[in-house]
Amino acid sequence: MAEQIYDAIIVGSGAGGGMATHQLANAGLKVALIEAGDFYDPADEEQRTQLRYPWESPRRGASTRLRPFGDYNSCIGGWELDGEPYTQKDDTEFMWWRGRMLGGRTNHWGRISLRFGPLDFKRKDIDGLGDNWPIGYEDISPYYDKVDKLIGIFGSNEGLYNDPDGYFLPAPKPRLHELYYIDGARKSNVPVIPARKSILTKRINNDRGICFYCGQCSRACGIHADFSSSTVLIYPSLNGGQVDLLTNSMVREVITDEEGMATGVRYVNKRNQREYELKGRTVILAASACSTARILLNSKSGQHESGLGNNSDNVGRYLHDSTGASRAAFLPDLMDRDIYNEDGVGGMHVYSPWWLEGANLDFTRGYHLEIGGGMGMPSYGFGFAVNQYNQYLGDRVGGYGNQLRDDIRKFYGARLSIACRGESIPQYTNRCELDPTVVDEWGIPVLRFDYKWTQHEINQARHMQDTMEELLEASGGIVLGNKPGADQNYGLTQPGEIIHEVGTTRMGTDPSTSVTNEFGQLHDVKNVFVADAGTFVSQADKNPTWTILALAWRTSDYIIDQMKQRNL
Amino acid sequence: MNRRETLKSLFLAPLAGTVIASSGCGTIASNNASRITWARLPTEYSYGRTDVEKLTDQRLFAETYFREHELVTIAVLCDIILPNNHPNGGALDAGLPDFVEFMVKDREQYKLPVRGGIAWLDSYSIEKFGPDFINISEAQRLSICNEIAYPDNQAPKLQAGISFFSLMRNLTLTGYYTTELGFRDLDYMGNTPNVWDGVPEAVLRRHGKYYDEDWLSKCIDQSTRDIVAEWDDDMNLVT
Repeated sequence: MAEQIYDAIIVGSGAGGGMATHQLANAGLKVALIEAGDFYDPADEEQRTQLRYPWESPRRGASTRLRPFGDYNSCIGGWELDGEPYTQKDDTEFMWWRGRMLGGRTNHWGRISLRFGPLDFKRKDIDGLGDNWPIGYEDISPYYDKVDKLIGIFGSNEGLYNDPDGYFLPAPKPRLHELYYIDGARKSNVPVIPARKSILTKRINNDRGICFYCGQCSRACGIHADFSSSTVLIYPSLNGGQVDLLTNSMVREVITDEEGMATGVRYVNKRNQREYELKGRTVILAASACSTARILLNSKSGQHESGLGNNSDNVGRYLHDSTGASRAAFLPDLMDRDIYNEDGVGGMHVYSPWWLEGANLDFTRGYHLEIGGGMGMPSYGFGFAVNQYNQYLGDRVGGYGNQLRDDIRKFYGARLSIACRGESIPQYTNRCELDPTVVDEWGIPVLRFDYKWTQHEINQARHMQDTMEELLEASGGIVLGNKPGADQNYGLTQPGEIIHEVGTTRMGTDPSTSVTNEFGQLHDVKNVFVADAGTFVSQADKNPTWTILALAWRTSDYIIDQMKQRNL
Repeated sequence: MNRRETLKSLFLAPLAGTVIASSGCGTIASNNASRITWARLPTEYSYGRTDVEKLTDQRLFAETYFREHELVTIAVLCDIILPNNHPNGGALDAGLPDFVEFMVKDREQYKLPVRGGIAWLDSYSIEKFGPDFINISEAQRLSICNEIAYPDNQAPKLQAGISFFSLMRNLTLTGYYTTELGFRDLDYMGNTPNVWDGVPEAVLRRHGKYYDEDWLSKCIDQSTRDIVAEWDDDMNLVT
């Protein structure tokens, strides 16, 4: 039997890999999809966490090392993986979350789906920092349109220039604490609009269900009413016979021929620890920005001595993550609430997009505000510091006995929180590279991170703190905790902590300063593509997933076209 | 009496009591606290675990960390924090000692604070009343709790006890409110398929809030949720 040569080998099954799989398989290409983790189906009783009550777990939803966001969170993976270390250079404290499951991190993400705006592709033109993208909003907007319609997203058309309109499903109505926030934001002249999330408030086709408002998108949805790469893009692609799915397969490197062209990948089957090769006409890396960089850097050969696509020494550089800071308040108006089911969709129903574009500030990039609160389902941690808000009411904190039941009831849902997510400025020196000595359990050299925030991000975090305090107070809240000062970088999250890492294989027109062209095609090797957030030149104050999906679709179209023209 | 000897004899004392296991209930005897009984929690769970996670849970259940005396003390404390004399039951009805035991094994950072906290409590009880905490009278126990249940008590000598009691209060409340009893006590209404259509009208009125027309026009009319979405070319939803 002749050896199978795939038209496309896709590495990674998250947003980018899922979209590439969907598009290329639909175009009739023979595709191999390689995932380092296991098969995952949220509807499978053996894997389901959705709609479980806290007492179904012995730790009631508390976090574990294997599920850092709680033991009902559906992402299998986390900050630390057994046998797969990563290291830090100097005093770097980069946090790297890796998903190890079909669909990757799209199984547990917040579903916040924001288009980048026209300004976001040309930031250098505005503040002289970083670089412009080689494409503009006009290049990507047709793909955002298609992603909206294929996957489904709720939101509202607001006519905001840099937060573009889309093909939205209607939004869910705000919850009570969100109405308090809306009033507070308006008082402070901060815009507030319906959230934009890839959750189906309305039917978009007959294959997927409609949201039934359990508020548990982070547990992955058994009726596919929110976007996960696996449920929405990959499952449908598995039916047509075009896709071979290889799970538990860890790619070591892209293999190349004497001319330096890719011929496939070498991977470890984690079930038997043995190494295999897969042959393909093209290789599409969508393993997540840092894992893709790692594979490229590990793909060393005579023609590619410093790794694949790395002639310019740009692979791994310009790594950047969103900035973040958060704060919470006690809302006395919400004490002794009426109890009703307000689970709603997973997470916020309203948010505030960046509103100070062009203002004279001591930092140049924006951030948006995500709103939290409400009468969520009790899980581990509920009832901690039960009556701490008594200090604001002149009552005594602490105690024991049945009066604690009254305290629980009194303060249930009387909380409002804000999380800021902002844009950082990509730096040549912020990078991941191969650790010269450390390997993982399969002998594959691991990544070492070297990343420091600049004063821009720190100043932005200070502004976030002022904003959050003002808005929480304007909403009727008593802000909790102490305002973090300069000694704590104003509460700025650690690099990597927001899990929006991008930029490691950035696109550009100049092969000496970028890794891929505008289609994610390596400058150095024309049959290798990147379809994850590695190609981002800058990351905007928007969550990256919608842009990953749009770019992966655009890359897929390009590959199909180039194959038709026999250029690939 | 020499302090060290007292402590030593303390560790022995509970062993003189009888452990009575009965189905569905955990019962441990202590001297003058007589018997303390709680509902047992399951030791097998099915909640979407991977193979590695299943092994982790099995290992935790197989591990013995607490001495019997410590478990009795935990039970007594949980019962004080949330007593059973309530229509929705209390800590012991909700199996709190089992829950606390599991969580302490699950979270390394709790092990020493709970063990040390119990030892502190016994030491303080002995100093004050003679016997250890579970062997003093109920009134004496409550008098100690009155000293350590309130973080505003600044007495330097009590800070370790206050910190321990806060931890036990946290674990007790979280353990209770994540059971069916706790859900009933809270009247929790969620975790079930439904169609969210905004805050109930009466609640809005009570809070002086309303949905303005402009915002409502962007929200889903739930009677149309099952109609397949279609848009015109200008991004307007037409169905």
